[in-house]
Amino acid sequence: MYYVDPHIHMVSRTTDDYLTLAKMGCVAVSEPAFWAGYDRGSVDGFRDYFHQLTSFEPGRAAGYGIQHYTWLCINAKEAENVALSREVVAMIPEFLDRPGVLGIGEIGLNKNTPNEATIFLEHVDLALKTDEQILIHTPHLEDKYQGTRMILDMLTGDSRVDRTRVLVDHVEEHTIGHVLDEGFWAGMTLYPISKCTPARAADMVERFGAERLLVNSAGDWGPSKPTAVPDFIFEMRRRGHTEQLIRRVVYENPLEFFSQSRNFDFKPPEIPEASFSD
Amino acid sequence: MSTNSNCDSILDSEFLPMRAKILELAASLDRIQRQDEIYEADTRWSQLHRAMEMLLDHQSDRAEFVQLLFSRPYDDNWRETMDLTR
Repeated sequence: MYYVDPHIHMVSRTTDDYLTLAKMGCVAVSEPAFWAGYDRGSVDGFRDYFHQLTSFEPGRAAGYGIQHYTWLCINAKEAENVALSREVVAMIPEFLDRPGVLGIGEIGLNKNTPNEATIFLEHVDLALKTDEQILIHTPHLEDKYQGTRMILDMLTGDSRVDRTRVLVDHVEEHTIGHVLDEGFWAGMTLYPISKCTPARAADMVERFGAERLLVNSAGDWGPSKPTAVPDFIFEMRRRGHTEQLIRRVVYENPLEFFSQSRNFDFKPPEIPEASFSD
Repeated sequence: MSTNSNCDSILDSEFLPMRAKILELAASLDRIQRQDEIYEADTRWSQLHRAMEMLLDHQSDRAEFVQLLFSRPYDDNWRETMDLTR
């Protein structure tokens, strides 16, 4: 089955991973800007990173027939440096018209601090002024519930926000209902040791349905599995769900969400899906 | 949303993995009790106890309740608390 991984940090992965993804049926990835594992020291560090995301990485993906899209921001972990964050937010528009840039992300909260909230709001303001879509990072572990509720408060408190153009990622059992009930898209992130497993993601599809629901691997520089979406497909099949339902979550939903971005120029695979599966 | 699997087959497929997870949990609890002299004073210990009780208390939505147990509380006046009233 062809699929799209809507949240995967390919700058952290090897070229062999692109080959594996292609063999597994991945036809497109979207890569949000994120934390490099250390705090970057200057706006030029981010400019170089955005250049990598918008030029080198799409070329590396194309070598394996995978279409690469991206999102730009300064991660919440670095938002405590408010002065640098504002420099980065001011620089982002240099890249917004580049091919494959889908919007602002992954913005959000980490430890739910006032500085993080301030920079989050400034990112949202930039997205709204430039008519960009938004991809949201929600915190992990004990901070997730509080942080997700704060993020939803900030988004729903701004009447300019079109909720159908916002994806809230890393939802779990205690946050997914809040996100979907407010009219946003929700992403489930599959991880080997934290976040959500393929089985729990399948549980959430069964409980909440497939509408506005995505699944991703987040494959990054930490313990993660870039082929987690195929694991989800396998789990859904094992439970007897239809190919139509699975395809909606892993292929049609991401395309529907991304198609709201002016820089999304997706070309369906030329090889018919049945031939690929054979 | 229903699945094509029936209850018997779900229990069939879940029984051994659940048995293994419970054994891992039991061994972890034994390990802590053997080697950590101050575990009972740690709030995380009581949190774990409450989580395990929840598994038997709730008829459904156990995962959601356990998630909330391990979550920091949400205060809908957070903007005022943080002096961030925009």
